[in-house]
Amino acid sequence: MPTTISFRLNNRPVRLPADAARPLLWVLRTDLGLTGTKYGCGEGHCGCCEVLVNQRAVRSCLLKAKDVEGKEVLTIEGLEKDGQLHPLQKAFMAHDALQCGFCTPGMILRAFGLLQSNARPSAAEIIHGLEENFCRCGAHVRIVQAVQTAAAEMRGEH
Amino acid sequence: MSANDFLAPDLQHAADSAGLVPPTRREFLKRVAGGIIVFVAFGDLAAAQEAANEAARPRMARPELPTDFNAFLHIGEDGHVTCFTGKIEMGQGPITSLPQMLADELDAPLDSVDIVMGDTDLCPYDMGTWGSLTTRQFGPAFRAAAAEAKAVLLELASETLQVPVARLTARDGVIFDRQDPTRRITYGQLAKGRKIERHLKVKPSVKDFAAFALMGKPLLRRDARDKVTGKAQFSADIRLPGMLYAKILRPPAHGAKLTSVDTTPAKATAGVQVVQDGDLVAVLHELPDVAEQALERIKAEFTIQPREPNDRTIFEHLLAAAPAANVVSKGGDLDEGKRLAQRSFETTYLNSYVAHSAMEPHAALASIEGDKATVWASTQNPFGARDEIARALGFPTEKVRVITPFVGGGFGGKTVNTQAVEAARLAKATGRPVQVMWSRAEEFYYDAFRPAAVVKIKSGIDAAGQMTFWDYTVFCAGDRGAPHFYTIPHHRTAAAGGFQGPPGLHPFAVGAWRAPGNNTNTFARESQIDLMAAAAGIDPVQFRLNHLRDPRMIRVLQAAADHFGWTPAKSPSRRGYGVACGMDAGTWVAAIAEVAVDASKGAVQVKRVLCAQDMGVVINPEGAKIQMEGCITMGLGYALTEEIQFEGGKILDTNFDTYTIPRFSWVPKIDTVILEANEFPPQGGGEPAIILMGAVIANAIHDATGARLLQLPMTPARVKAALLTGGLTSANSPLPAAPV
Repeated sequence: MPTTISFRLNNRPVRLPADAARPLLWVLRTDLGLTGTKYGCGEGHCGCCEVLVNQRAVRSCLLKAKDVEGKEVLTIEGLEKDGQLHPLQKAFMAHDALQCGFCTPGMILRAFGLLQSNARPSAAEIIHGLEENFCRCGAHVRIVQAVQTAAAEMRGEH
Repeated sequence: MSANDFLAPDLQHAADSAGLVPPTRREFLKRVAGGIIVFVAFGDLAAAQEAANEAARPRMARPELPTDFNAFLHIGEDGHVTCFTGKIEMGQGPITSLPQMLADELDAPLDSVDIVMGDTDLCPYDMGTWGSLTTRQFGPAFRAAAAEAKAVLLELASETLQVPVARLTARDGVIFDRQDPTRRITYGQLAKGRKIERHLKVKPSVKDFAAFALMGKPLLRRDARDKVTGKAQFSADIRLPGMLYAKILRPPAHGAKLTSVDTTPAKATAGVQVVQDGDLVAVLHELPDVAEQALERIKAEFTIQPREPNDRTIFEHLLAAAPAANVVSKGGDLDEGKRLAQRSFETTYLNSYVAHSAMEPHAALASIEGDKATVWASTQNPFGARDEIARALGFPTEKVRVITPFVGGGFGGKTVNTQAVEAARLAKATGRPVQVMWSRAEEFYYDAFRPAAVVKIKSGIDAAGQMTFWDYTVFCAGDRGAPHFYTIPHHRTAAAGGFQGPPGLHPFAVGAWRAPGNNTNTFARESQIDLMAAAAGIDPVQFRLNHLRDPRMIRVLQAAADHFGWTPAKSPSRRGYGVACGMDAGTWVAAIAEVAVDASKGAVQVKRVLCAQDMGVVINPEGAKIQMEGCITMGLGYALTEEIQFEGGKILDTNFDTYTIPRFSWVPKIDTVILEANEFPPQGGGEPAIILMGAVIANAIHDATGARLLQLPMTPARVKAALLTGGLTSANSPLPAAPV
């Protein structure tokens, strides 16, 4: 039954009427028009729908709208600040860490979540952290390099 | 989003002026206010037809090749260059490499060049984006159009500046007199107030490698910023006012027949519309998840025809049902070759059905206004989709416009456009724009898989370890990559069936999967070569070199060995090194892999892959390298885990929990080497490296363990079985090996 859901989305408050049991993925993609969050498998396997909830990367296809009530949600559209790309976005571009680009938003947000908890991950830790995000084009090697580059920039090393 | 948002402002006016109904290309061209337009046709239509035959799906009407032109470019009054092509961007990079070619041939600044791709109303006909053809076949014609445009500009500049053409130089969109560089004029100034059309019939000269300014240099992707910010729109991201999302009733198995359906419970949900149009039963709603829930309430009964085969019995079925074999190459006398052989080997190689598994499922949004349908579709062949939609709607083709936004991976799978036809039919039935996006289960169910296939090889060597005969038959994978390139005096290569086979051969749809047929053929050939090298006690690189005469294959194999740091040893050396080489899409390719095998688990970790390619002159080296890395990574899947499980017409895999595609932790250290070959025309890069992945890993497993794997994928269970038996006569092959 429709109720009102309130949360912060990309640093702005939102209130919208939505059935609390609806999947967050479809609320984002249809009600809110944020199509950067992708449907890849609908069962939480692939990570194309990954978003950040309170700084943690989660699969939006498995979350209900009510699960984010009062929380902070960040989608790929909210990562750019004042026209400045996030270091992860810049690094994905610089390393050519994408081909078709369909997995890219989820991949970047997964990496963002990883860097929140570990500012200096080793290559092995990045691989472990991204293991359940799928890329069919095979950009994996470059994605790992991009995350390392972004991590260094976020630490102020270059 | 408007269909024309991506057009330069002056062209947007031309595209919009008819109001809601998008223009035909002819109308569009009439409306282009001014500037210079160069049309170009392929010089070699026979070659294009051959490629179409290779790539087109037989059940689709084979497209007529265009008689007018294949591409055109427009130089606007502001100096802006827009090129129009029916090719599409699905990650492989033409959105970057085509403008790179154009700017270089035209001597225009790269950022003044835009590209419009895959719009059937605005772009000239193109049969489809596949076969690694964009750079090698389309590229030269495209470059010729730019060279022609530059020739026109030089003539105009000569008239305007009163300077002979021979004294003029073009650079960065400006033409100047070399004797007096202050006498100069821009492309925009030359195009202003004119309307010039040129139809290119003779092939003008394109730049030699030495004159390349942009081509041959690495260039980062032009679509990267949109793809890292979420702005890049794929078909399912397009929104239109009043649109509905459709979920479609699907049968439980291929061959199942709908016997009864009750849609009443679905209609209980507010806002739900149900469409029943023959075999198409769909539930539509303004929210996709609500439509999905409503679909689940439909009561439907199907009768399932009991069908053979399943994923265990498929190979016997294929051998029994395959059409007669056609000989694709032969030489010498096989009986003589067998007589000369001191040792003979008869082996059967198998591979299973493999899914495309692009991360983006098939999606389309259809809108019908008046008598015109506009469909945004994830497709590799927008013109083929247009024709299919027109047939389904009963519309003339010029009343259907297909627009191709970014495509989220294709690999051959998006040559099937069923979802676009479904969206168009539902838009017609409801009178509203309709989106169809397949679920992952629908994606697995309707995918046109890489075919399961069998290769039987008999071969022999003499006492010196030289091959004396080679008798090769591939069943149901087609002959791409089947002919060997080794020096074998007595040989015969035959193919029974193409990669699709006659109707009914396969229990469900099969089709082109990245380098169709060649993964199957290269796995079999390079495994058999390796097996003979091991039997002869000769290092597998040396054994190949002993049988090669083609200088480009020798060079690419030696380059792979040198860069890898290969030292000769007979296999199994216990180092876990494997080698393989092959040809695809005009490119010579060789790879060496290092693997570690965990015997207790049967697990294979690929630790390193070095791949060397000779692909002629390289247009975008970074793009080519990325394609090689992608091929190697994607190829790990069909080599190690990917196979469709099925029981009759029922596809048992419905998602990535049972169908396993490569993960980060599988990816080896990858080294790529692209050999300089600037004297040769550019060749394909999107497919060649993937053809080696089955054999190079199988050969490395043999080198590590002494066990020979004969069936793809090389799952832990098959690896353990091979370790127990040595492989060759093991239970991993259901087909008994008969003595030669």
